[in-house]
Amino acid sequence: MRWLSNATVAHLRRVAEWPDLGATKYRLLGELGRGGMGTVYLAEDTALERRVALKVVATAASAPEAAERMLREARILAGLEHPGIVPVHDAGALPDGRVFYAMKRVDGQRLDALAASVPLPERLRIFRRICEAVAFAHARGVIHRDLKPENVMVGSFGEVLVMDWGVARVLSDPAPTGSPAAGSGASGATAEGTVVGTAGYMAPEQAEGAVASTGPRADVFALGGILAFLLRSEPAAPRALAAIVEKARARQPEDRYATAEELSAEINRYLEGERVLAHSEGVLERAGRVFARYRAAILLIVAYLVVRTLLLIFGRHS
Amino acid sequence: MRDDTGIGGRADRFPATRDSAVLAAQSSDLLERERGLAILVETYWKPAYKYLRLRFGESNEDAKDLTQGFFARAIEKDFFDGYDPARGSFRTYLRTCLERFAANEKKAASRQKRSPGGALLALDFANAESELHREPVSADRGPEDVFHDEFVRSLFALSIERLREECLVRGKDLPYRLFERYELDRDGDEKLSYERLAEEFHIPVTQVTNFLAFARREFRRIVLEKLREITANDREFREEARSLLGVGAGGVAP
Repeated sequence: MRWLSNATVAHLRRVAEWPDLGATKYRLLGELGRGGMGTVYLAEDTALERRVALKVVATAASAPEAAERMLREARILAGLEHPGIVPVHDAGALPDGRVFYAMKRVDGQRLDALAASVPLPERLRIFRRICEAVAFAHARGVIHRDLKPENVMVGSFGEVLVMDWGVARVLSDPAPTGSPAAGSGASGATAEGTVVGTAGYMAPEQAEGAVASTGPRADVFALGGILAFLLRSEPAAPRALAAIVEKARARQPEDRYATAEELSAEINRYLEGERVLAHSEGVLERAGRVFARYRAAILLIVAYLVVRTLLLIFGRHS
Repeated sequence: MRDDTGIGGRADRFPATRDSAVLAAQSSDLLERERGLAILVETYWKPAYKYLRLRFGESNEDAKDLTQGFFARAIEKDFFDGYDPARGSFRTYLRTCLERFAANEKKAASRQKRSPGGALLALDFANAESELHREPVSADRGPEDVFHDEFVRSLFALSIERLREECLVRGKDLPYRLFERYELDRDGDEKLSYERLAEEFHIPVTQVTNFLAFARREFRRIVLEKLREITANDREFREEARSLLGVGAGGVAP
């Protein structure tokens, strides 16, 4: 019997998970990442000669409900055609029986890794793009339920993509009757009482497993968490932005922004130097904001007035 | 697609159900019991020996005697009959039994020189000892980690051996040799590509990918089959598979 080094054992652990693409049009190129439900591989679509990302259900998690959840995610994504949502190209079962779907390969960085190296206005523009994608999903009755910086990719051409819709809730799905322990019904929908999401980004109602009342405002709460994350590298976050975070992350859903669009509009107001609705500003703060917004015009007027005054003074003396 | 992925999935998603060796070792049927015990000894003797050497600092000879003694006693005294799947994994149970056995043996005042007692098992200790010196254990690995690491190493080594045998019997020697070259013998050779393999073996690249896919699929099947063999029930099997293949729970539940 041969001896296996630690490196070989570690490699074999990955090999044991690698999908069998033998009878498919895909050629395995490597592993991109692992999640709770499956592993994402880099593959080549040999028919179209392009690189794609293959999400394959984990061997150890390949219970029927995991397979159904993976297919459900693919179908949800297929129904959400938006520049901010990763497009799905294909879905099916591999020769080894595992369910997979193929999606666009995004060349870029995860938001959590990228954020600190990007200036604040750019971070806020990225945030708005996230809000737009989420608002689009909400308009189609889909709640993401696991929004966090790790689930956002920023492409090398500045494109922003919301990923990992594995625990999304489709509002039109009937609530499954399974127990919370079962987690999800045969449809892949989450049973009442089941907690899905990530601590720190989960809305209180979501953390309590109140599936039926986890609506768009739960995603607004998570977006507030992402905004807070994006402000972390600021020595002192502007008060208006802090107020937006506070409103988005209000404990009661009715105290939050009603939609991701409203939240996006607030960020836009901040970027444009307009008054942010969530923040009551003082006189000085308002003056500072107005000055910042109309800086060029104000400076021109001041310069004009100074020149006119000087002309008047010197005109009289001469 | 739905035919393949409906509830329950394809029949080959999970290894064909084999009788659990753990349950077989508890059977009243003598032949069945022997079959189960043989599989358990084959899988666990090396992790047990290395664990005794590394965890208890036993000498080569003492660890050898303790390992022999432990498995001989386990067979004679039906140690494994006491295992209850509801209380944890068999692997943890076996390690606990081994620790207890080693501690009792150490305490035995009458012990001049350990005697394995019972029938001697044919175990290649020289080989196990030489393996210990080939790669030192990292300082950050605790006793449980060491036992788990050695268990995984043993499981994979046995699976590779079975893969080699099966490939040979089925006339699939080339896929095995490709697997061996690409997955097992490439330590440090990061530049090894499918193209280079195709040149080395004088076959087209497409055949390399197909053969490797076949061998990987078979390897996975055998690993899961072996795992199924050495676990008592489906829950334990899934937990071990998750632990073995490193699939975490991620940030979501379930």
